[in-house]
Amino acid sequence: MASNDAEYSPGFWGWLNKRLPVGKFMREQLLEYYAPKNFNVWYFFGSLALVVLVMQLFSGIFLTMFYKVGETTSFDSVEFIMREVNYGWLLRYLHSVGASAFFVVIYLHMYRALMYGSYKAPRELLWLFGMFIYLALMAEAFMGYVLPWGNMSYWAAQVIINIFGTIPVIGPGLVEWIRGDYGVADATLNRFFSLHVVAIPLVLLLLVALHLVALREVGSNNPDGIEIKAHRGADGKPLDGIPFHPYYTVKDIVGIGLFLTLFAVVVFFVPTFGNLFLEEANFEPANPLSTPEPIAPAWYFTPFYAILRAIPNQRLGALLLLIAVMAFFFLPWLDRSPVRSIRYRGWWFRGFLAVFTISFGALMWLGLKPVTVAYVNAARVFSVGYFAFFLLMPWYSRWDRVKPVPDRVRFHE
Amino acid sequence: MNKSALIAAALLGAACSLGVAAQEPAAPAAETVPWETWQAGNEVSNVASLQRGFRNFMNYCAGCHSMKYVRYSRVATDLKIPTGMLKADLLPDGAAPADYIHASLQGQDGVAWFGKEPPDLSLIARSLGVDKSYRFLKTFYLDPSRPTRTNNLVLDAAAMPAVLSDLEGVKAAVFRDVKVTVDGRTMTEKKFDHFVTVVPGRMSGPEFDAFLRDTVNFLDYAGEPAQVDRRSIGVWVVLFLLVFTWFAWLLKQEYWKDVH
Repeated sequence: MASNDAEYSPGFWGWLNKRLPVGKFMREQLLEYYAPKNFNVWYFFGSLALVVLVMQLFSGIFLTMFYKVGETTSFDSVEFIMREVNYGWLLRYLHSVGASAFFVVIYLHMYRALMYGSYKAPRELLWLFGMFIYLALMAEAFMGYVLPWGNMSYWAAQVIINIFGTIPVIGPGLVEWIRGDYGVADATLNRFFSLHVVAIPLVLLLLVALHLVALREVGSNNPDGIEIKAHRGADGKPLDGIPFHPYYTVKDIVGIGLFLTLFAVVVFFVPTFGNLFLEEANFEPANPLSTPEPIAPAWYFTPFYAILRAIPNQRLGALLLLIAVMAFFFLPWLDRSPVRSIRYRGWWFRGFLAVFTISFGALMWLGLKPVTVAYVNAARVFSVGYFAFFLLMPWYSRWDRVKPVPDRVRFHE
Repeated sequence: MNKSALIAAALLGAACSLGVAAQEPAAPAAETVPWETWQAGNEVSNVASLQRGFRNFMNYCAGCHSMKYVRYSRVATDLKIPTGMLKADLLPDGAAPADYIHASLQGQDGVAWFGKEPPDLSLIARSLGVDKSYRFLKTFYLDPSRPTRTNNLVLDAAAMPAVLSDLEGVKAAVFRDVKVTVDGRTMTEKKFDHFVTVVPGRMSGPEFDAFLRDTVNFLDYAGEPAQVDRRSIGVWVVLFLLVFTWFAWLLKQEYWKDVH
């Protein structure tokens, strides 16, 4: 690729580089950016999130060409896309399966950070930007879910917007302000469309840019949780680092290939994913007089929904839901362990991470189930497990008997 | 269409008078009919079945139920039905091939006659599911307390009359009392046990079953007309991606040789 000389050679490449630092940018950001050489499969999910983002943007642009927002037109236009637009069904499934894939990838990306302590200093801001991306993604997914104006769209909007009504004093007014009407209606649908296709994507892109700039500044963590910059060779390059390009570009292409294969299997063979990615109730138009049973949000929100339903007091339930999401923001300061990676942590951390993992999965499942005494009691138990991971972290992360951390990364190839 | 509905109504009337006798079973059935686990078992790639299903839909359903997202011409193309045959045998009078399937029944009449407008069936296989649609069509039984004189196991107090009784025959349902304990209280509930044929239909059991499977198959197709294409394209996409990933992996191995 471009060396310094080539960048100023005669011809188009030189002409361009004298005016726009394309070569310089690529050299500095890819060729001279050293990433740890010991990334494992968990490190695919960052680049995969970027791939899914681009895919959502493109499929979304084409869907917007045919979608007609409005109480009386939205549902019909989605069916028009599914039936009469050439490959419209493909665009729609790419987008709807893409939304779920985004959360699969993001959850695994976040879980990687939990395992290897990627949120710890000096990567706190990187983690916070990531969490803001996650929040924006939740808003984006929720509003997108409302757009087909199916019956589940309508009722999920009803339930989720009403959560804001539990805020003391301003709640009822706030709910009306969000909906733009006394009920979930045309005004709500129109503003959600505007936010879904313009406002939140812009915010997302800005946050992703900040996330990447912060990543570039502090450098990637790795499965050993060691700073590779601490050991540099005579040339000043990290001994355990390799240039991002070509090594990680070619490796990420393999990850993207594997991901797209699985993604295509879902899109082409099980696009509704057994009622999880597209629900049966959403193939009926929105009907304020007929409530689907049970009302459940999309699978990626169900852990939080299960926590909300587990608490008999509505206001307290909403507060715990908020804490459940926001707790992630405080991880860099809750964690008092001297080591980052789970490889060198003791059994306290491993135990609590296991409890958290099981609780999150169980809550996800319970949030999809109807409300029965047994399910609600189970949700209470797992909610305790979920919160224990965060709230007790300042203590157990300190008590943990950590193992000595090696100087250099462990690398097997 | 009208003729078959009349026959059905006449049969129902006859059956209602016989119905009293049928509600007392001669002998308890060996085992309860497991209707809740019946499956449609339809195959959307079977074009012949879809053609029969489309014929059944036009003859027995389209009088009252629309498919407002489905065009006759699209069905004809997908189901390999020649345009001549479509025009001669399947299109209602006054409809053009490119029209959407609209019921002859007017919405207001539906409300007056049945208490509600018969629902559009474009997406019924996706919202209700094919298995439930199949069970619904197969579990009508006599119930003199209902305005239609029939009821349904899947959808209790269904507004829809048993329009296929001409073919299937008229059935009475035999219920038995079951003790159910909910929150510590024991109650007696009526649980469905089996059907008794009161008036035989024009079709045998297996014939009617095949009729239903074809019909539900068409509903499945209409719910997502592109699904057969989707699967056949999917095979090639996945194969391409596997080959692509394999080459990408070879490239990665080549580059990573010098990383130690």
